[in-house]
Amino acid sequence: MSDPPIDAPQPAAGPRRMTLNLGPQHPSTHGVLRLMAELDGETIVTADCEIGYLHTGIEKQCEQQLYQQVVTLTDRVDYLAPLSNNLCYCLAVERLVGLEIPPRAQWMRVLLTELTRLNSHLVWLGTHALDVGAMSVFLYCFREREDLLRIFERFSGQRMMTSYFRIGGLALEPPRGWQGVVEKFIDAFPSRVDEYEDLLTKNPIWLRRTRGVGGVSLADMLDYGVTGPMLRAAGLAWDIRKAEPYTGYEQFDFEIPTRREGDIYARYQVRVEEMRQSARIVRQALEGMPAGPWKADAPGVVLPDRAQMKTEMEALIYHFKIVTEGFRVAAGEVYQVIESPRGELGYYVVSDGTARPCRVHIRGPSFGNLQALPQMIEGRIIADTVAVLGSMDFVLGDVDR
Amino acid sequence: MVAAVEAAVPSAVRDGKLDRGEVTLEIAPGQIVEVCRFLKAEQQFERLSGVTAVDWHPAEPRFEVIYHLHAVGRNLRLRLKCRLSGEAPELDSVALVWRSANWYEREVFDLFGVVFRGHPDLRRILMPDNWVGHPLRKDYPVHGYKYSYADPES
Repeated sequence: MSDPPIDAPQPAAGPRRMTLNLGPQHPSTHGVLRLMAELDGETIVTADCEIGYLHTGIEKQCEQQLYQQVVTLTDRVDYLAPLSNNLCYCLAVERLVGLEIPPRAQWMRVLLTELTRLNSHLVWLGTHALDVGAMSVFLYCFREREDLLRIFERFSGQRMMTSYFRIGGLALEPPRGWQGVVEKFIDAFPSRVDEYEDLLTKNPIWLRRTRGVGGVSLADMLDYGVTGPMLRAAGLAWDIRKAEPYTGYEQFDFEIPTRREGDIYARYQVRVEEMRQSARIVRQALEGMPAGPWKADAPGVVLPDRAQMKTEMEALIYHFKIVTEGFRVAAGEVYQVIESPRGELGYYVVSDGTARPCRVHIRGPSFGNLQALPQMIEGRIIADTVAVLGSMDFVLGDVDR
Repeated sequence: MVAAVEAAVPSAVRDGKLDRGEVTLEIAPGQIVEVCRFLKAEQQFERLSGVTAVDWHPAEPRFEVIYHLHAVGRNLRLRLKCRLSGEAPELDSVALVWRSANWYEREVFDLFGVVFRGHPDLRRILMPDNWVGHPLRKDYPVHGYKYSYADPES
């Protein structure tokens, strides 16, 4: 073996830097996020996110579909909170059309979106704790999540891609005996949250991994477009369910949990408290569920009942017209926001007067939240990155759309 | 609101409307940064909820770039709109006003081909770097162009 030539490049003087490529296939990125970190030893000097690995062109697809067909696409945006996406899209189109939604449908929407929040938070807590090394929390969380998925299946026939909210109300009449199933779940749930807290809240390892890690000032977070529990963990009591109530949230009694510290532990506390509050809302919705129709009375927009369709000529015609050519929506634009489990979910729907949307823009909360990631991990060690990623609770389907 | 903006940045507001409870101001493209700076500093719009665009092809001016602003304390939302024409539209970047605009403007550049002047890092964000065309333009076919999955460099 010969010696290297004397004019071979010498390593540069100064600190030795190394570039580490985390993802796109890495379990801690919870999907396909690619993170390129420049390291000095084990400390992250700069970090850069590369996204788009899950870009499926949903917004382009929306422009090809009839208004009512888009609902099934919205399930696939944030696959941990399909009902929140269904709801936001339906609310946007209902505002464009000017539909009045009956109270029973509104309350059912509240009940199911809060169960969706529980579902999403359970996945967050389980996977986040697993990343940091607490395996059993994951098993407990997925036990309860299984119950929730069974409830969704009972309502819509699907465990995940529910498409249960439709323009004008619900897709199907709520199934017989749903109250019992939801009640059984909600009776047991608070004690289940106690179980998670027993495992984590005072766990010294959990505390050392999460306290004082990943915090960014509130002003910076607002500037970066961060929303949802992360913002509330930094001290801002802003929740769209209270600030700009939709689908009847103003009739429910619940609190907005906040913390001041803004670190991973504060986010954990906020989300756990949110689970308790969501359970409260579900109970109120369950006990006060109004009677009445579960979809709006708007023959040209909402499909008629099956029985009516089989016996009445007019209903049959409306059914045929809606299914084959859809319904026209007056020209205009609407930006509808709701509080999804991850933060501000916005649907910007533009109509040009035809039966297909001219443009649907989905303002996913994960996209805005992820932008602040480099700020949270720069100057910290790699192990903290895994904890911070878990605490942000992003869904790559929601980032890339 | 219109009067306040008009007083701070003369002749910037071209049109304003209130529709379905939402306020939209159409801003002259040359003055968007000035207007945004004013709204953030003087009117407490500390959040930029998002930037997006609409392609009205074949109508002209073809593109609308849309900014959704939010004042959390005042619980107020505002939509700004800039109309741009032509195949290669350009607009000044607001990424130095709100840092959140960074990725949103990259997305609009990627999917619509609107170039944001003065953006700190304008490159594609969702599509691959070597992608040709801007998928959300109306004259871009839904199923895309024939694309080779082979690495062009090998």
